Amino acid sequence: MRPVSYSRVADVATAIGTVTADPGSTFLAGGTNEVDLQRIHVARSRRLVDINDLPLRQIEELPGGGVRIGAVARMSDVAQALPVRRRFPVISQALLLGASPQLRNMASIGGNMMQRTRCGYFRDVAAACNKREPGTGCSALTGVNRGHAVLGTSEHCIATHPADLAVALVALDAVVLTQGPAGHRQILADDFFLLPGDTPDREHAISHGELVVAVEVPPLPMASTSIYLKVRDRESYEFALASAAVAVAIDAGVVTDVRLALGGLATKPWRARQAESVLVGAPATIESFRAAADAELAGAVPHGMNAYKIELGRRTIVRALSTVTGDARMVSDDGNPP
Amino acid sequence: MKSYAETAGAVEVADTAVVRGPNSVVVRLSVNGTFRNILVEPRVSLLDALRDRLDLTGTKKGCNQGACGACTVWVDKRRVLACLTLAITCETREVTTIEGLSDGVDLHPMQSAFVSQDAFQCGYCTPGQIMSAVAFLAEGHAADDDAIREWMSGNICRCAAYPNIRAAIRQVRDEAGTGGPDATG
Amino acid sequence: MSPVLGAALDRVDGRAKVTGAARYSGELNLPNLAHAVLVGARVPSGRIIGIDCRQASVADGVHTVLTHLDLPRVAAQPKLFPSLAGLTAHGQSFFPMQDDVVHYAGQPIAVVVADTVERAEYAGSLVQVNYAETPSATLLDQVRDQAYEPQRIFGGLVPGRNPDRGDPESGLRDAELTLDLTYRFAANHQNPLEMSTTTAVWDDLDRLTLYDSTQGPTATQLSVAELLGLPPTRIRVVSHFVGGSFGAKALIWPHVTLTALAARQVGRPVRLTLSRDQMFHSCGHREEQEQRIRLGADRNGRLAALTHDKISLTSHFDDWAETSLESPAITYAAPNYAGGYRLARGNTITPTFTRGPGEATGMFALESAMDELAHTIGIDPVELRLRNHADVDPDTGKPWSSKGLRECYQRGAELFGWAGRDPAPGTRWEGRWQIGTGMATAAYPVAAPISPQRARARMYIDGSVVVEAGISEFGTGALTAMTQVAADGLGLPVDRVRFVGGTTDLPNVAAAVGSAGSGATSSPVHLACTQLRDQLVRQAVADQHSPLHGADPAAVVVRDGRMCLRDRPEVGETYAELLGRNHIPDVETVGTWMPVLAPMTDYAMHTFGAQFAEVAVDADLGLVRVRRLVGVFAPGRILNRKTAHSQLMGGMLWGLSQALLEATRMDPNTGRWANASLADYLVPVNADVPEITIDTIEVPDPVVNPLGVKGVGEIGIVGTSAAIANAVHHATGRRIRHLPITVEDLL
Repeated sequence: MRPVSYSRVADVATAIGTVTADPGSTFLAGGTNEVDLQRIHVARSRRLVDINDLPLRQIEELPGGGVRIGAVARMSDVAQALPVRRRFPVISQALLLGASPQLRNMASIGGNMMQRTRCGYFRDVAAACNKREPGTGCSALTGVNRGHAVLGTSEHCIATHPADLAVALVALDAVVLTQGPAGHRQILADDFFLLPGDTPDREHAISHGELVVAVEVPPLPMASTSIYLKVRDRESYEFALASAAVAVAIDAGVVTDVRLALGGLATKPWRARQAESVLVGAPATIESFRAAADAELAGAVPHGMNAYKIELGRRTIVRALSTVTGDARMVSDDGNPP
Repeated sequence: MKSYAETAGAVEVADTAVVRGPNSVVVRLSVNGTFRNILVEPRVSLLDALRDRLDLTGTKKGCNQGACGACTVWVDKRRVLACLTLAITCETREVTTIEGLSDGVDLHPMQSAFVSQDAFQCGYCTPGQIMSAVAFLAEGHAADDDAIREWMSGNICRCAAYPNIRAAIRQVRDEAGTGGPDATG
Repeated sequence: MSPVLGAALDRVDGRAKVTGAARYSGELNLPNLAHAVLVGARVPSGRIIGIDCRQASVADGVHTVLTHLDLPRVAAQPKLFPSLAGLTAHGQSFFPMQDDVVHYAGQPIAVVVADTVERAEYAGSLVQVNYAETPSATLLDQVRDQAYEPQRIFGGLVPGRNPDRGDPESGLRDAELTLDLTYRFAANHQNPLEMSTTTAVWDDLDRLTLYDSTQGPTATQLSVAELLGLPPTRIRVVSHFVGGSFGAKALIWPHVTLTALAARQVGRPVRLTLSRDQMFHSCGHREEQEQRIRLGADRNGRLAALTHDKISLTSHFDDWAETSLESPAITYAAPNYAGGYRLARGNTITPTFTRGPGEATGMFALESAMDELAHTIGIDPVELRLRNHADVDPDTGKPWSSKGLRECYQRGAELFGWAGRDPAPGTRWEGRWQIGTGMATAAYPVAAPISPQRARARMYIDGSVVVEAGISEFGTGALTAMTQVAADGLGLPVDRVRFVGGTTDLPNVAAAVGSAGSGATSSPVHLACTQLRDQLVRQAVADQHSPLHGADPAAVVVRDGRMCLRDRPEVGETYAELLGRNHIPDVETVGTWMPVLAPMTDYAMHTFGAQFAEVAVDADLGLVRVRRLVGVFAPGRILNRKTAHSQLMGGMLWGLSQALLEATRMDPNTGRWANASLADYLVPVNADVPEITIDTIEVPDPVVNPLGVKGVGEIGIVGTSAAIANAVHHATGRRIRHLPITVEDLL
């Protein structure tokens, strides 16, 4: 790790002012991603501004049935919070299927929203990577890309977004609340994450010094039976090969509303709007689910080793929809996924 | 819903925070109930502070990147990874390591159970497993086998003593006279 | 034998390990300790045309930066030799930083020494290197057409072709049924949880102490001595606790000697710990390989011919292949056999031992093919194996020193509930899961060192005993098992015996590799202790003041430290009484065991077992979950049921891991491993692991060594992956002929 200096701040204004004024600085919350990236010289901050003392830990139920999650709240606390488990089990499940218990005790929600890709070439400073060093090329295009994205890719970057939580948030139309030198902003989760395009180094729609202060999830009654399905090689402690966050409303066998987002397959948490539009008004049958999955993956682009992800993505969508319509239920009282 | 910006909440851009480092600074840590001052750079991890500065080498380094769990300690009674925690961030917190789990004479029941169930071989992941296991039972989840498997998956044992680790946790759970989901906390 | 032998004694080092008190090699905080880090080559092939250390040298806290330009030359060219021989044990016939040539990515090109580990790591990142890169080959497929048949492999110890039996080509031609199958294996890395670490302390200019994570302290001592041009007497190696090895620390790799050189340069103790990433580039691996099996059989499944050919990638300096053909060649009574190795050179460190070296892959190939044969003919897989049971060694015609394989099949089938298995694949469903079962034979050679093995036993005047041998404890349970062996040999309770290992000051035993450790150490310990017992008994019967005076020594037994007449136990005295009366402060013996090597005996020596697996496959999502494993093994005498069980269980779970998770993936564009971390190189976590049923068939073996110990470290992994792959076929009807089996194979 490069030499770094350290500041610990107690209020949001000081945090923002300090980081904004010092271009070499960055916020430090749980540290699970930031310390790791600093140590392998991918992140190169000269100063870490510790925001763990900021009063941003609350998890509040909002009038009408939404929730507001403070940015410094820990993954484990959010996963166990009763309003989250009752109203948005998909969030609780996505959190509990992520990382490990220790990491969930450390990692903050804001940091989770800001986490970087686990692409091995991004993490290897000796490799070409447009995300880390724009213009150097993308080693993954012709490299070991079994885990890489098939949706939302560009010729400059195919790095998979690693999120679980953000997949659920994108499905739920959550809003990211930020505060920066210019004031407050509310950014729709889907807009918060950027496609790589020609600028894979830009991953979030916020600027240096702008702080995620909370995430708000608007009311969505059908989310009370929502689920998160995660497919991976190892049963635990691994990022997704493919995942799906889904909530469905059905009336008389017909899908009246649906929220579907995908993880592990795309360069950002992927709202499956093509699939959603196929599903709304369609009968809640396996055929509809398959048609929706086909529609969503129609634009997928393989790059060799990751070609299987297109079929895996389809099947993950179908399985998630079948599960949520067939045997969906609330999370159990201990907060574990069903 | 549209994203929008507003000027409410604008802050003055001023670097008003106290800066420490990058050179070595005195960091005051409370470890296993004792305050210790160490002179370290802010980049020093809690793990290296424990092992190299405080000579508490029971906490192990297996990957130094949050992928193995060997460095599991408690910060304010919660299990965390010392390798991804900077020592300087722990100044107002209470750190507990394997050395603080028992008084050195009588073993903690989890330590005894690990011995009697042969829940390790090389022993390198063991302090992390034990710190994780004690915290797991205190966290108040269901403590059935499925829950143990999932909630102990943040600690890799390359010798693969996993079934014996589960047996040790069951032993402590049952010795505590519970078996129910809530009574262990 | 007393009941202490085989008893499920808790580990004697258990308390130290669960309290964190056990100090591993990188955990000594010495005064003035400096920290070294390696800088590895970024490219897999080329020359260093510029190396700029100015920034690194002036970084805070840096003592020195060493490169090929200023590192002292080593005194000898290392030569790869397996550590079981008890001699120098270099991992490869190449030592880095002697010139500007880069042979493989990660090859050490600089060593940075600083006052803290943080500063050393940062300074390491400041070393600027320019390379003139040359074309590289890092995958088997890139150099397959340049493959050659090596004369010998494995440090020259194994011929490049196994001896032929009969006429395999005619055997295949005339067979009623033939199968020709090819199996591919990803490279694997051992990834012990403790990263390799060495601390070097020069006591003066030519006396060195190394605290090293090693499977064999003596192997470290002799290897470093050779490279430094020092007599072994000048080097002391200490290695009390090692955080796992699985082959990564079986041979001695360059970082150990580099640490010693760096410490001499800076004039203070230096600790060097490889990073997890460097663990993938610095201590060998299981090589990427492909194996072809051809089987010829009659309609009843009797094998007429077997050929087994392997091609694999090795380094530019060594003809290394893990010995995958050894056990498959003798597992079944095939009258016609041929097998050989082919190698292709690439830009890699020399591959090395990984748990179950050779057999873990070779038996996967054979046992997968046998399952296909059983399925093709339509007979039960266990029955097929029984029909081909090798009653004698098919290679030499010699009888087995012990076997027990039929009993393993029978017991395993009982424990598993194999009887009545419906052989049809793809017919059992539980919800979305397809269920299947499979089995395989396990086999592993009984290896032994080729040099004398020694241990020392010293009894003090109070009758307590310290027993010593220069082994390291890396998780096998050796300290515990040897305590039991010593207690048994002396007729003492275990709490009167302390077994000490971990330094080269102690009598020499070879590195514990290839499941030979328990035999190599228990034998001299047993001999030392029984000799000490016999000496004391002789002394007692010669002592006029002893109640045993004049007795026949053969009529004296020792129980709980008391020598007494077998027929009249009330007549006798304790060791302590004898020694105290005669004012003898201590008595010491050295036991020396000259290992029995197979060619010198009239017996063939091998360990066998049987593996059974049940899997559930979600074929829709490509997920395989192992629901049950049953393993029954015949490893000779068990020294400690508890620790042996853990060794066998660990091995079986390594097999699960080999089957479903482990693959190091090479990027031929960069020439580097693309997943060199524990987040990306997957090993099982708790949630992946089912309950395991293990049993042993204790077959007496009077040949292999004094206690009849055949070893438990490797046999557990052998065959597990085949049993799982066979179960996947039974569940789904899909035959996967490579490892690991992952999601994309089953979609």
